[in-house]
Amino acid sequence: MQNTFLIRRQSVLVFIGLLALFTIGATLLSEGLGIGLVSTSFVKTLGKTLCLCLVALAMDLVWGYCGILSLGHFAFFGLGGYMIGMWLMYARTEQIVINSLANASLPPTPDELSDAIGTQIFGVVGGSDIPAVWTFAHSLPLQLALVVLVPGILALVFGWLAFRSRVTGVYLSILTQAMTLALALYLFQNDSGLRGNNGLSGLQNIPGAAAVSQDLISIWFLWASAFALGLGYLFAVWLVSGKFGSVIRAIRDDETRVRYLGYSVEAYKLVVFVITAVIAAIAGALYYPQAGIINPAEIAPIASIYLAVWVAIGGRGRLYGAVVGAASVSLISSWFTSGQVPDLPLGFYTVKWVDWWLVLLGFGFVLVTLYAPQGLGGLFDRLVRRQNP
Amino acid sequence: MLRILTVMVMLVIATLPVAAQTGQLQTILQENSKDVERASRKTISAVLDALLASGNENVPVLLENWQNKQLWMRKADGLFFYVLKPGAKPIELINIDTGAVEGTAEKSDLKELRPNSGVRSVMAAVLVQFQLKSSDPMTRLGALSAIERSAEESHFTALRAAVANETDDAIRAKMQRLERLLTIQFDKQSTARVEAIESFAGDTSLDVRAVLNPILITRTKVAESIPETDNLAKRLSVGDDIAYADAYQMLVDSERAPARISKQARDAALVENISNGQVGGFEVASLNTEAARIKAYQALVAESDVPPFITNEAVQAAIDNHVFYDAYIEPEATVTDAARKAVRAINLSVSAYQIADLGLDAVSLASIYFLAAIGLAITFGVMGVINMAHGEFIMIGAYTGYVVQQIIPDYTISIIVALPLAFIVAFGAGVVLERLVIRHLMHRPLETLLATFGISIALQQLAKNIFGTQARPLTSPDWLDGAWIYNDIVSISYIRIAIFILALLFLVLLLFILNRTRLGLEVRAVTQNPRMASSMGINPDKINMLTFGLGSGIAGIAGVAIGLFGQVTSELGSSYIVQSFMTVVVGGVGNIWGTLAGASMIGSLQKVIEFFNPSNTLAAQTYMIIFIIIFIQFRPKGIIALKGRAAGD
Repeated sequence: MQNTFLIRRQSVLVFIGLLALFTIGATLLSEGLGIGLVSTSFVKTLGKTLCLCLVALAMDLVWGYCGILSLGHFAFFGLGGYMIGMWLMYARTEQIVINSLANASLPPTPDELSDAIGTQIFGVVGGSDIPAVWTFAHSLPLQLALVVLVPGILALVFGWLAFRSRVTGVYLSILTQAMTLALALYLFQNDSGLRGNNGLSGLQNIPGAAAVSQDLISIWFLWASAFALGLGYLFAVWLVSGKFGSVIRAIRDDETRVRYLGYSVEAYKLVVFVITAVIAAIAGALYYPQAGIINPAEIAPIASIYLAVWVAIGGRGRLYGAVVGAASVSLISSWFTSGQVPDLPLGFYTVKWVDWWLVLLGFGFVLVTLYAPQGLGGLFDRLVRRQNP
Repeated sequence: MLRILTVMVMLVIATLPVAAQTGQLQTILQENSKDVERASRKTISAVLDALLASGNENVPVLLENWQNKQLWMRKADGLFFYVLKPGAKPIELINIDTGAVEGTAEKSDLKELRPNSGVRSVMAAVLVQFQLKSSDPMTRLGALSAIERSAEESHFTALRAAVANETDDAIRAKMQRLERLLTIQFDKQSTARVEAIESFAGDTSLDVRAVLNPILITRTKVAESIPETDNLAKRLSVGDDIAYADAYQMLVDSERAPARISKQARDAALVENISNGQVGGFEVASLNTEAARIKAYQALVAESDVPPFITNEAVQAAIDNHVFYDAYIEPEATVTDAARKAVRAINLSVSAYQIADLGLDAVSLASIYFLAAIGLAITFGVMGVINMAHGEFIMIGAYTGYVVQQIIPDYTISIIVALPLAFIVAFGAGVVLERLVIRHLMHRPLETLLATFGISIALQQLAKNIFGTQARPLTSPDWLDGAWIYNDIVSISYIRIAIFILALLFLVLLLFILNRTRLGLEVRAVTQNPRMASSMGINPDKINMLTFGLGSGIAGIAGVAIGLFGQVTSELGSSYIVQSFMTVVVGGVGNIWGTLAGASMIGSLQKVIEFFNPSNTLAAQTYMIIFIIIFIQFRPKGIIALKGRAAGD
């Protein structure tokens, strides 16, 4: 027991060390603080990738450890992004409006201010009133609380309803997918109060930091994302190494038997579901300020399925596997779809990777499921075991 | 010979002016020649009145030719002729009174009269009166539909006269109906109008509603007391029926009360009176609230000549001193009462028909969902496998139909070929998928889900690479165009009927296969207990393969059907996949009747929600999914759940 824990801790130290090395390295090479070898947009991509690793970590907890294949965790990720996006957009628009009204002949009243902000934000969906969901958007602490509360409460209500009626396995997957679709469709409406399919934009401009260049802001967010990922990793390791971890793994392997042993399976599942939803939301809140824009298409059901694909390729049931899977697949994906990969001439046909990447990913993923069900992490483990039998 | 001809032509030309002068129509046209030559909507009626007053039987012919730009003028003497063949050389001139050929002329000697569309429509309205008396029933019907399109008061008397003389029963019935509609609009006597209105009780046709609704148009008015002359529709209570601000604005508009000082006007006055950074004794910088600005303005009122605020009390008093009411534009109370009653009766039957129409819509949507989901239900029920690539089999079927149409241009034959071919192609794809992937993932349902999802994105992208991202049309044959129309409200397009029949066909076919054939028996055995089945000599591998192929094949056929009324894109399948899953889960797994129940419920639910919120289909889908999530709480195994051992766990 003592021994295995030490081994785990070693691997944690290795992980944290690698993460720190990576972050410091990226900073030293960046345009903001370093020698300028890595462009600001790539620093942002790296920061975003760290956030994706964090949400993959949450996915691994809920699927790899607890056996709940949730196709809704990217919805929580998006909700977290929306919550922080509301503050970013409101505060920045308020600043712009105050500046533009500074030269008016009469100082603006609160009503005039909120009218102008409303027109500025909601003019694009044909409104000028600020909807009720934006009540707290003026305050950063309140909106930060909402980042955790809104997805958390949604996960609590949904999970309670679903687990209570013993919806399991593929049924639960489909139900979570339905929840994601419902949320995305709701947000697509113009009168949802969140600007319909325009989404929230200009999120890369941080209110109150107008003088700071994007080069520097990207470094801040890289560090914040790395910090969050490190904390999340430590938390996940702590969670799965104790008795709680044993119980949720037992639920994954044989739910009925755990129930007969007297554990409240539903409560355990609900706790895991809500905690991972909150982690996903925090990851989203860090991701979208780097992405700059969020719209309902981001939380379409397909995104959540991709999340599952990352974790499956990385190797579920291994925390580092989720991180490796998310980082490698998302980075390779964006590399292939950016058109930087040279075309592959076959003589009779030229393979353009922009078009063929998804075909490759799809079939490659099928091969991974068939021949390496434990993902890249599983292959790695087998390799390590062969060397140290 | 030539000489004789010349003599004849000379003779004709010599008699020409005489004939023209004696002709009655020519005389009338000559009297109004300026207005004939340059006809405008305003001046034409005088000419038409003169023509009608003459009672000449050739007037309709003249009007028709004139309308068709076949009335020409000879520049030399200003006489009018018909020119029936303007392309001929030389052009033949025809006398407008006798209809005889009067001579020829070069085109340069003639002027073509080109009445504009306004003039022509005036002529058409006049012509209708003659067409109603025509001996040709088609002409009379044409005249009736012309009146239906745009009724005029002048038609009314003509129609009344025509009804009495009509011999054809069908046309007379049509005329009588039209006559009653015109009575409502144009009769001078209100008793006749009321009678006509009452005769239409319960008639849901659009034309009746179009006639009755204008009678019930109201206008909101304000007065000290309601005048006797107004046909009162409703007294308005200020605050409930009409907002205070609107009511006061009406008083302002009718100059019964002074306008209130708007915020803009107040702020403008404040800005105008700023001096030394102060206005009304207040610092400008302090005017950042409404209350402060009001105070400053009141101070301004005291010291300069800006108009004072109008107090709420004054507004209230002004409103209290007046009555606000809706009055009908139609002055006759008996008519509006009858119309209101008739409209109420009509609305009742309209809503009954709307419910019927909604039912038809729901049935057609349900059959689409049934077709899309039944294949999924079979594979899910028999093998416990979630096939995320099911939507892509639908897409494969649709693209098969598109390719067949490229090869066989005849739409009827191509559809007949496409349906079985789509089945075969999708069946093959399904069998390949089963053998290569799903067989190796048995008893790992979550991984099957993800692996088939991998197949799904790969197939979608492949389709995009092959067929491009733009939508491809799948054209339906002519006999499927159009719609079955019961009345103005209830109708359904033939394609939807065809899809309904297709769904029905597959329901019967699947029931037959599963309940009456050897294959069905084995499938049911494997569904209930694969091990027991295999010890009875059934090969579960083969059964799984065939079932999966069958489910995929049906998806292919559904693809052709869905492609027929939509467009074929690579996203076609994925837009149906979630609904299909919902259908299967709600209905209950592994049961055809369950799928039918699920499809009916989801189809009708979606239509009902759309009916209450027609502008927002996105919201409808959101509410539907939320409803389904809640529904699953109460029946986690679906509407029709398998019981006993077969249910497994």
